[in-house]
Parts: sequence; structure tokens; C-alpha cells
Amino acid sequence: MRKLGAVLTSMAIMVMTMVGNAGAATKGIVIDGSTTVGPIAKSFAAYFMKKYKVPVTVSESGSGNGAKSLINGSCDIANMSRSMKPKELAVAKARKINPIANVVALDGLAMIVHPSNPVRALTDGQIADIFAGRINNWRQVGGPNFPIVVIQRESNSGTQETFKDLVMKGRQVVRNAETQASNGAVKNRVSQTRGAIGFVGFGYLDASVKKIAVNGVLPSSVTVKNGTYKLARELYMYTNGRPAGMVGKFVDLPKTPDGKRIIRELGFISRY
Amino acid sequence: MSDDGASKQGRSSVFIVSARKRKLQKISQKSGEATLFLIASFVAIVVLFIFWFVARDAVPFFRLRGFQEFFTSSGWYPADDPPRFGALAIIYGSLMVTMGSALIAVPMGIIASICLSDILPFSVRQYVKPVIEMLAAIPSVAYGFFALAVFAPLLQNSGGPILMWAWWIIAAPFLLLLVLVVSELLTAPITKESMKKSAHIGIGMLLGAVALVLLYFVGNQLHGLEIMSGTNALNVSIILSFMALPTIVSVSEDALQAVGRELREGSYALGATRAETIIKTVLPAASSGILAAVILGIMRALGETMVVWMASGNSSHIPDPFFNYLDSVRTLTATIAGDMGEADQVTGSARFHVLFAMGLLLLVVSFVSNLISERIVVRQRKILSGQ
Repeated sequence: MRKLGAVLTSMAIMVMTMVGNAGAATKGIVIDGSTTVGPIAKSFAAYFMKKYKVPVTVSESGSGNGAKSLINGSCDIANMSRSMKPKELAVAKARKINPIANVVALDGLAMIVHPSNPVRALTDGQIADIFAGRINNWRQVGGPNFPIVVIQRESNSGTQETFKDLVMKGRQVVRNAETQASNGAVKNRVSQTRGAIGFVGFGYLDASVKKIAVNGVLPSSVTVKNGTYKLARELYMYTNGRPAGMVGKFVDLPKTPDGKRIIRELGFISRY
Repeated sequence: MSDDGASKQGRSSVFIVSARKRKLQKISQKSGEATLFLIASFVAIVVLFIFWFVARDAVPFFRLRGFQEFFTSSGWYPADDPPRFGALAIIYGSLMVTMGSALIAVPMGIIASICLSDILPFSVRQYVKPVIEMLAAIPSVAYGFFALAVFAPLLQNSGGPILMWAWWIIAAPFLLLLVLVVSELLTAPITKESMKKSAHIGIGMLLGAVALVLLYFVGNQLHGLEIMSGTNALNVSIILSFMALPTIVSVSEDALQAVGRELREGSYALGATRAETIIKTVLPAASSGILAAVILGIMRALGETMVVWMASGNSSHIPDPFFNYLDSVRTLTATIAGDMGEADQVTGSARFHVLFAMGLLLLVVSFVSNLISERIVVRQRKILSGQ
């Protein structure tokens, strides 16, 4: 019995220290949400920790989860690659949370194909037709006679929802589309698959895939900023109310020269 | 345990143990038994609780949307407005990759376990078995990564030749065996010895030629196949079969080993060859254990998540044609893993509960198949013991 008592006591102490830790963590900044905004948040976190010695934790669980965490009060900043839905705002309101959108950067959605694919440009209508399954061979859009492999993202992805808003406009993605869990996975699949077409954030563009001009405009920071490239969106860090203190400093980083540099280096486009 | 044994011995011979000490021993023994029973029943309770919690969150889905859409439609658009939750294609996808992996892993596993148990000498077996069991120690995400980064490009770039070689390697010995057996059977009615021999050769040659043409023709067809995307049902079926293999081999080898030496020796004593002994004596005697091994292996494939999520392609559609293993599919487990992110309780809805409905379906299927295998094992044991 004495042993059991000792075990119970030690367990109680362990639980108490864990609770204590969770309490202490509120001094740092906890960030959760979009995998697209993730790289920015991580670089900002490294910069922030060096400059202010404030611990920053970044999780990447998707925009939807970020919103959920903010509403639950389990994070200070919710990274989102889309704006909050009316439904989410309603739930937040019911829980006395006031989500404020802070624009971090601009991100273009780049359509990518296999480097060996001779197709260089598509219209947004053609892209929608490809993803809806009405066009299923590259021949139909001026390419070689080769079936198209459509690659999309999971339904919980902010990038996927942005794509559906910007391109599909209410149409449904063809059922035999491959579904990948992250930007990196899409890029990986497109770089390996001859007939593939997919979409990723600008931050994931590199030589292993070929980007496609949309309506005659190539995706670049210039074309996104001047509004000629259509598949672009804002990236957000949502906070509960107007951010103050360290959290405020963090979400204002994009406006500083260092913040702009970090955003540029990651392949995103600075808004400011 | 060893203390207990020593004191029991002591009691009867050398030491005189006081009544108080004996009482203490009895108490400690009883409390030990009670603890063990508690732990054992805790496990059973955990299983019940998992069932209960999954069912609790699955029921609201069926209450909201009914059964019909879930089981009969393959329109899976959980994020749309209005959402559609047709899971037929996803259920079929799970079935398809499970079947595919079973088709590869079950024959391979049983043959390997026979080989380990009855054919290989002990000196070889003691090294080979741990290696096969090591397959179970590889984390599933590593398998998934292999499937995605190595196997999928390989299938895309040289899938045709790979399938052709696989066909030749698997089908050639099988067809040879078939030719031998069929020609034997066909010539059996002929009684005249000399005629029998020549007929045997003739039929054998004829069937052999047919088999060769078949081998070549199918191989050629496979060689010409263009695989659009390597993340497909075939890819994950193969990887899943590797993951199910150690379970099947290990458990069925244990079952084969458990067949008594007397049975084998009795069979040899009756003049049976080794092949006859294995096929007619050892295998039937171990069949219940082998069946348990097979079911365990199949359940491993059905429940596997990471590999299918990474490498099945996750397209929620029924392949066209329905047995097309070169098409990508989506499974129940991958859907639960992939959709859990957005489908949260905060925006709580059918979209959240549908994933629990899928989980419940998986639980029920594995529960029922375990139950069936249990039944078969019991019946088999009765037959074997002559009741």
C-alpha cells in the first residue's frame, strides 16, 4: 500500500508539473494552422526568438484546425490561407472570441505540370475544365496525346478551397483526381508524373516542375502585386482581438524590412 | 514466482514456516491474482470503451443523413455546400486494396511458413524467421515513403516490364505444374503402357505449347501497359502485402510447429512422402491456426492508414473497370486521416460524424471477421479431435 501511495503521489506531481508547464507556455506564443503559411511563421519564429528571446511554437495542421485552435483558445495566432468562414465566425462569436485578420503576405496559386510537358499556357476556363474532367487529354489543350492526371489537395486544405473559389467556381473536381496531403506532396507527384497537373503555393515552385501561364500571365511576384495574375490570395494570421504585446509585434513583422526580406526569401510576395 | 516455488518446496521438507508467514504468503498470492485479473479486465474494458466512443459519434451521422446515401452513392464531397457523403467508392477502395494484398500475401505467407516449418533445416530457419519478422518492425510511414518516392515512379516509368517479369516469374512454374498434372490426369484412363507414355508426351507437349503462347501473349500485353500514375491500388496492395506477411508467416508457422511430432511420424510410418505428409496431414491439422494467421494479416492490411494515405492516390471513385488495380483508389482509413483536420467539432456537423461512421464500419468488419475465424477454429478443433 505504501508503494501504491508513492506511485500515486509521483503521478500527481507529474500531472501538476504538466499543468504548470501548460500555464507557463502562455508566456510564449503558440501558433497553429495552415501548412501554406507555416514556412513564414517558422522563419518569423526563429527571427523572433533570436531578437526577443520569446519562445514561439508553430504547428501546421491546416487552416481549418488553426481556426478551431483559435476558437478553443489553444493558440494565440491562427495561420490561415483563406479567410474565416461565416460558420467559423459564428462559432467564435458564441465563444466570445473576436478573430481579427492580419494579412501576412500574398500567395499566388501556381499551376504546375511535368517539366517535359510542352504546354506553356492555359486559360482559367481550360484549367476548370481539366479539373472537372471535361478535358482529359493534353491533346485537347495543344499538348501531346497523353492522358491528364489531375492532382488536387485534401478537402481540409486551405489551398484546395482557394483553388475551388478562384478556379472551379462551384464546379466539382473530377472524382478520379488524385488527392495529396500537402503542397510538397503535390509538387513531388507532379515532378514524377508525365501527365500530371496540380497547384501549389509560390513558395513551393522550383526547377523540378514547370509553371504554367494562366490567361497569358506567368505567375510571379510582380504579376500578383499588380493584379494581372488571377490565381492569387492573401495569407492571414488571425488573432483574438487587436493583437497587443509580443503577439502584436509578431503579426506586424511583415511590415518591417526584415519581415519583408524573409517573406521574399521564402518565395511569397510581400503585401507592404 | 520463483520465491513461491522455493517456499513450497521448503514447506514440505526442510523449513518449518510459521502460520503467520504462511498467511502472509497466501494474502500476497491472492492480491497478485487480483491485480492480474484487474489488468486483464482493464484491456477488455478499453476495447469496449473504444467501441462505445466511436459508436457514440457515429450514430448522429446516420440519424442526420440515413443509411442509404452512405452505402449506395459514391459521391464524396464533404466540403461542398450542400455536402454529399457517399462512401461506396471509399468502402470499395478499402475492399480492393485489402483483397489485393491478401491475394499476394496469403499464398506467399503460407508457402513461406510451410518452408520454414517443414522444409528448411533448423540452422537456416533460425536466421530466416527473424528476418521475416523484422518486416513488422519497420514503421508504416517508412513503407509509405518507399511506396511514394521509390515504388510509384518505378511503376510509372517501367511498370510494363516489371509486370511482365512478375507474370513470367509467377506464372511459369505454376503453368508447368498445371501442364504436368493435367497431362497426367488425361492419360490416366489409358491402360496400355506404351501408348500411355507416348500420349503423355504428346499431350504434355501440346499443353506446354499452349502455356508458352499464353505466357508470351499475356507478358507482351503487360509489357505494353502505360501506367499513368504509380500511386494506385496495385502499388499499395504490394506494399500492404509486405506489411501483412510477417504476421501471416509468424502465426501460421507457429501453428505448423504446434502440430505434434507423432502426427508427422505416423504419416511417414504409413509410407507417405514428405509432400503428402505436409499436404494431407500437417496442413489440415494446422488449418485453424493458419486461418487465424490469414485473418490477422488481412486485418492488418485493412486497418493500415499511412501507406494508403500516402500512396493510393486517394481518388474517391470506383476504378474503371472495377478490377483495374492500376487506377488510384481511396480507403476508409485514409479518408479518416485526411479529412479529420477540417471536420471538427467546433463547426460540428455530419462531416465530423461521417468519419466516425467509417471508423465504426472498420471496427465492425474486423470484429465480425475475428468472430467468424474464432468459430471456424473451434469447429476445426472439434473435427480434429473426432467429436
